[in-house]
Amino acid sequence: MGKTIAEKILSNHSGKDLRAGDIAVCDVDFCFGQDGTSSIIIDSFKKLGVSKAFDPKKFYMIIDHSAPSPNIGVSEIHKKMREFSKTLDVGLYDIGCGVCHELIPQKGHVTCGDLVLGADSHTCTYGAINVFSTGVGSTDLAITLASGKNWFRVPETIRVVVNGKPPKGVYSKDIILHIIKDIGANGATYKAVEFYGDAISGLSVDARFTISNMAVEMGAKIGIIEADKKTLKWVTERSVKEPHPVKADIDAKYVAVKNYDVSKLSPQVARPHTVDSVSNVEELKDVKIDQGYIGTCTNGRFEDLEIAARILRGHSIHPDVKLIVAPASREIYMEMVKKGLVEIFVKSGATIVGPGCGPCVGTHNGVLADGEVAISTANRNFKGRMGNPNSFIYLASPATVAASVISGKITDPRLYKKRL
Amino acid sequence: MKHFARRLKVQDNVNTDYVISGRYKFKIQDPKELAKHIFEDIDPTFAARVGKGDILVAGENFGCGSSREQAPQALKQAGFYAVAAKSFARIFYRNAFNIGLLLVECNTDFIDDGDELELDIEKGKLKNKGKGLILDIKPIPPVMKKLLEDGGVVEHFKKHGGFSRLNQTLDNA
Repeated sequence: MGKTIAEKILSNHSGKDLRAGDIAVCDVDFCFGQDGTSSIIIDSFKKLGVSKAFDPKKFYMIIDHSAPSPNIGVSEIHKKMREFSKTLDVGLYDIGCGVCHELIPQKGHVTCGDLVLGADSHTCTYGAINVFSTGVGSTDLAITLASGKNWFRVPETIRVVVNGKPPKGVYSKDIILHIIKDIGANGATYKAVEFYGDAISGLSVDARFTISNMAVEMGAKIGIIEADKKTLKWVTERSVKEPHPVKADIDAKYVAVKNYDVSKLSPQVARPHTVDSVSNVEELKDVKIDQGYIGTCTNGRFEDLEIAARILRGHSIHPDVKLIVAPASREIYMEMVKKGLVEIFVKSGATIVGPGCGPCVGTHNGVLADGEVAISTANRNFKGRMGNPNSFIYLASPATVAASVISGKITDPRLYKKRL
Repeated sequence: MKHFARRLKVQDNVNTDYVISGRYKFKIQDPKELAKHIFEDIDPTFAARVGKGDILVAGENFGCGSSREQAPQALKQAGFYAVAAKSFARIFYRNAFNIGLLLVECNTDFIDDGDELELDIEKGKLKNKGKGLILDIKPIPPVMKKLLEDGGVVEHFKKHGGFSRLNQTLDNA
């Protein structure tokens, strides 16, 4: 019997022949924490009585979730992280660098076949470049920081096959929302998801990150894609690490196979307050909005911002609506400047905030008032996620958000067909 | 110690944002302070009703979403002896055992708020004393048992100088 990608990568990192259900201690290639989780990583690490990182080059801290700091409590956490990075001589991406899940692959810290742990649930993002990457808590991360290891239960795998050329105005965000609607918020808990099909291979690497990023929204441990030519070109342009692409065997065992055809898919929108309550955009066309947000580890990459800018160019956002834009990294921000996107956004009435998580986590940069409705390119719409339990969050693609902020209500981006 | 059930109104897919909101986890480092705000966004009076030794009762996929370890920490600090749910999300499951918070998987349909419960991990039973029912608990994996015995993963690591003992536990499992 053949093996899945998860079984192979975990076997490679444990020196054992592992199958789904096995538990083993594995060597980890890279690990990190962000400013919502690093404080406890530091505390737990100190409790271990260890004085050194297992390998100072394989651990980073990223200040992205509340950056720059909105209050004294957060400032103290940021200070603690800066001091710890100096004490341990480990890397730190400070405010303004960007979102962890953009920086870690872009800066070449990870490559195909790696095993990666992050103290952030969206660490599954790098599955897009064939990395077994998953989120853990802070103490788990501290253990890995000290030892270079952690224990893993080898997940069962769901094979997801997505075929068909998505229509204009339909993007990877719509594809993954459609899949989550079907599989459900709990449908892949503890499991690995492997994504296949021409709809996936047709996507750019950046667009694939959106797919893998949201695997955790159906409970998955990883959402992984085989490496193709695009992947190998992408990783070798960014990382000096030798890629070790891992493919599943033809006779690998899957707990389920799901097939989707996206050739007639409408733009998808997740309704408050769960990610798996998904509608076609046309069903929500009368929903008024107060705020739009374009950014995050899901959709804050250059091509996301470019799509939004194409729709917004020459338009003003609705007078009753606020639009917040957060590029996922400094490099993306620079490209926005060079290619004229900053001008388009600012002229339209948008507010561009610094690279980072922006208002996604509800600590700053656009907390909603009671009863307000937001449409966001983020990955979570839980009650209170954007800082106010009495507000409402819809999730959609950058194109849908851009179209919606112009009209002041949820709008089908195919209205701007000629610009897409 | 007597254990009483504290049942959430929302049962399935209770995420860690609901356990402890990002509003608090980013600025408050003291778990005691965090414990005052558990479930505030879905049930503002819940935290005040929790007594020491209570067992939190939920449905499917408890603890989904964010990896925040502040979630199990705040529950432990609030006084919960354990969480009983039909199933748990993966990261929360690891985090809880890592910090020494017991999780039990069982059919929670037969537990109401305020029921007196008795937990026997060795026998794998959760007794609902009020209703005279004995519920089966899904066996706790040997790794988790080992971590709990040692008082969490930090203590395990210190005691054994790494994962060496865990490897043995795994080999003998």
